[in-house]
Amino acid sequence: MSDDVVAPVDTAAPATHEPPARDITDGGPEMVQFLDAEGNRVPVTEANSAYAEFIQDVDGEELRALYRDLVLVRRVDAEGHALQRQGELGLWPSLLGQEAAQVGAGRAMRAQDYAFPGYREHGVAWCKGVDPVNLLGMFRGVNHGGWDSNENNFHLYTIVIGNQMLHAAGYALGVQKDGLVGSGDADRDTAVMAFTGDGGTAQGDYNEALVFASVAHSPVVFFVQNNHWAISEPNEKQFVIPPYQRARGFGIPGVRVDGNDVLATLAVTRAALDRARSGQGPTLIEAFTYRMGAHTTSDDPTKYRIAAEVDIWKKKDPIDRLRKHLVAQGLADDEWLAELEAEADELALRIRTACQQMPNPPHEDMFENVYVDPHPLVERERDEFVAYQASFEED
Amino acid sequence: MASAPQKMTIAKALNAGMRAAMEADPKVVLLGEDIGKLGGVFRITEGLQKDFGEDRVLDTPLAESGIMGTAVGLALRGYRPVVEIQFDGFVYPAFDQIISQVAKMHYRSQGHLKLPMVIRIPYGGGIGAVEHHSESNEAYFAHTAGLRVVTSSTPEDAYWMIQQAIASDDPVVFYEPKRRYHERGEVELGDSAPLALNDAVVRAEGSDLTLVTYGPMVKTALIAAQAAEAEGTSVEVVDLRSLSPLDRPTILDSVVKTGRAIVVHEAQTFLGMGAEVAALIQQEAFYHLEAPVLRVGGYNIPYPPSRHEEVFLPDIDRILDAVDRSLAY
Ligand SMILES: Cc1ncc(C[n+]2csc(CCOP(=O)(O)OP(=O)(O)O)c2C)c(N)n1
Repeated sequence: MSDDVVAPVDTAAPATHEPPARDITDGGPEMVQFLDAEGNRVPVTEANSAYAEFIQDVDGEELRALYRDLVLVRRVDAEGHALQRQGELGLWPSLLGQEAAQVGAGRAMRAQDYAFPGYREHGVAWCKGVDPVNLLGMFRGVNHGGWDSNENNFHLYTIVIGNQMLHAAGYALGVQKDGLVGSGDADRDTAVMAFTGDGGTAQGDYNEALVFASVAHSPVVFFVQNNHWAISEPNEKQFVIPPYQRARGFGIPGVRVDGNDVLATLAVTRAALDRARSGQGPTLIEAFTYRMGAHTTSDDPTKYRIAAEVDIWKKKDPIDRLRKHLVAQGLADDEWLAELEAEADELALRIRTACQQMPNPPHEDMFENVYVDPHPLVERERDEFVAYQASFEED
Repeated sequence: MASAPQKMTIAKALNAGMRAAMEADPKVVLLGEDIGKLGGVFRITEGLQKDFGEDRVLDTPLAESGIMGTAVGLALRGYRPVVEIQFDGFVYPAFDQIISQVAKMHYRSQGHLKLPMVIRIPYGGGIGAVEHHSESNEAYFAHTAGLRVVTSSTPEDAYWMIQQAIASDDPVVFYEPKRRYHERGEVELGDSAPLALNDAVVRAEGSDLTLVTYGPMVKTALIAAQAAEAEGTSVEVVDLRSLSPLDRPTILDSVVKTGRAIVVHEAQTFLGMGAEVAALIQQEAFYHLEAPVLRVGGYNIPYPPSRHEEVFLPDIDRILDAVDRSLAY
């Protein structure tokens, strides 16, 4: 039995302490999937039938565009990793393996939709138009978030697990108060998306966010990337009932989607965002996926997980499967794939160069933006600091 | 029975101290994120789950309020929970439990209830981390009646103080100077701790000026003291060890002797530990002072991006600059 398929509770039976057997690779029959690991279109199932209409319009061009996103996002991530290894970044949280979950979700969003990420959402940032270079500043230690959130409706990365879920609920409440739902105008109606991991579902903030959003019927989609690990802890340490099923307990629909299938995440997220924009309230999406790499560059996964598990998930790779599909459909040939590789190389080079050239901010900048209005203590300390630094130059 | 002193790091000393406490008392249980197989992100609990089992070393869900509140329940049930908070900046989800419940339970119950628990927090900066991973939030807890707050700056202290904290019937917030985890020193694994948990200690003797400090800044202060010595100024270094309560006699004896004091810590100075220590000195040793008590600490801004760390954190130069200012009076 999969750990995520939950047997009905038999109240007569004594509770046992034994956790259910763990098969973390099977998302179960309720998981929405359109492309299997071999790149074949999955026939109509009970789980996916309701979502097929949301990808009806996805033509060859759009499929190729999704593939391009996946490849470029993976390259951004690989470059972040390499830059950390070369000492250019202090840390990098890799999204390797989660590209399809993020690109599917990100591409389902419209420009007016607002995203609240954690710290691993490089793929969503990409789809929202944030320059990948801007993601690096925080990990290089030159800033705490190097982009204007309102420019692309993509909030700053949130390190404290769960915090952003409530921000999303609140932002959605604001959208709702502004009357920006339910008009049917595709450019006007607005939804909010919040991203967290499976570990994040244990936080109080996460659970309070679900309560607030469900009670208010706010236009928000909670997107849980169940990548099966919260640093060293397997997700059975975070929940017994998986997130998509727990959603029901909050009074909102929950859906599990194959997070390694970009078509499925696109369809499911489009459906949820439509619901939100049309005023039908929140949805919880659980993207069933896997963290292929280490938690971050500071982490050593060999301490706690077996390699065999990773090997199984390698065969479910989100990029391989879409490539197989494109090739089989005659939508991609070697030449096109090579061009894309070249584009990825160029992107990587641009990121690398920009990162290496990213200047250290002048130290007195650290006193900026502590307050909006002048604050005598901060101003005095800045002045003292500047004078003190200058005293070294005089020597 | 005294055994030969051993060289070890602060990290290993904490691990050895917890191991000793767990062997001595089966009621000691550890709770935290990633503390089992991984041994914690800093490996402080390495090997403890393997040796004591999952019933005593619990990998908890990712929820600090949950961890803290559960520890309260365990303590009420007669256990001695030792909680690991992964980083300083992640204690805030548990803040309410600590301030509202942990700190006040003994008082509210008119002494009927005890919460013998330890909250371990790796703290401070200087490791090039992203935000929320470098904070010094000891003043919030030291400000709260009902909590004991301590920090160790040497392996020997780490080894003994963690055991004393676990043995304490009061809740203890135990700050670990994360950038010093790998500093090595001698640990005397004798029968009992050389100092009480509340004692401050003079780390270097001097006659012209006292540096009062704790945790990660002790080493910096000692190096600064040596540098001052080379220039003819004799500096005494007091390591507070306990931030609440403060060891008033040790602080005051030193300042009465030297007539000058500077408090050094990483935390922002405004309403920080330095404010309390300076107030104490000025109140109790006013006529012995040759100069006002100075403070060297973090600036009053959020912990900045790591590229600013070297100038945000007090360093030897800033301490020596303050020494000069003090001597100028
Ligand atoms: C409140 C809080 N506690 C602890 C941490 C340290 N931490 C960073 S990431 C992480 C695991 C997160 O796991 P999950 O939510 O599953 O997301 P993933 O990293 O797998 O994407 C932990 C414990 C944190 N960032 N915030």
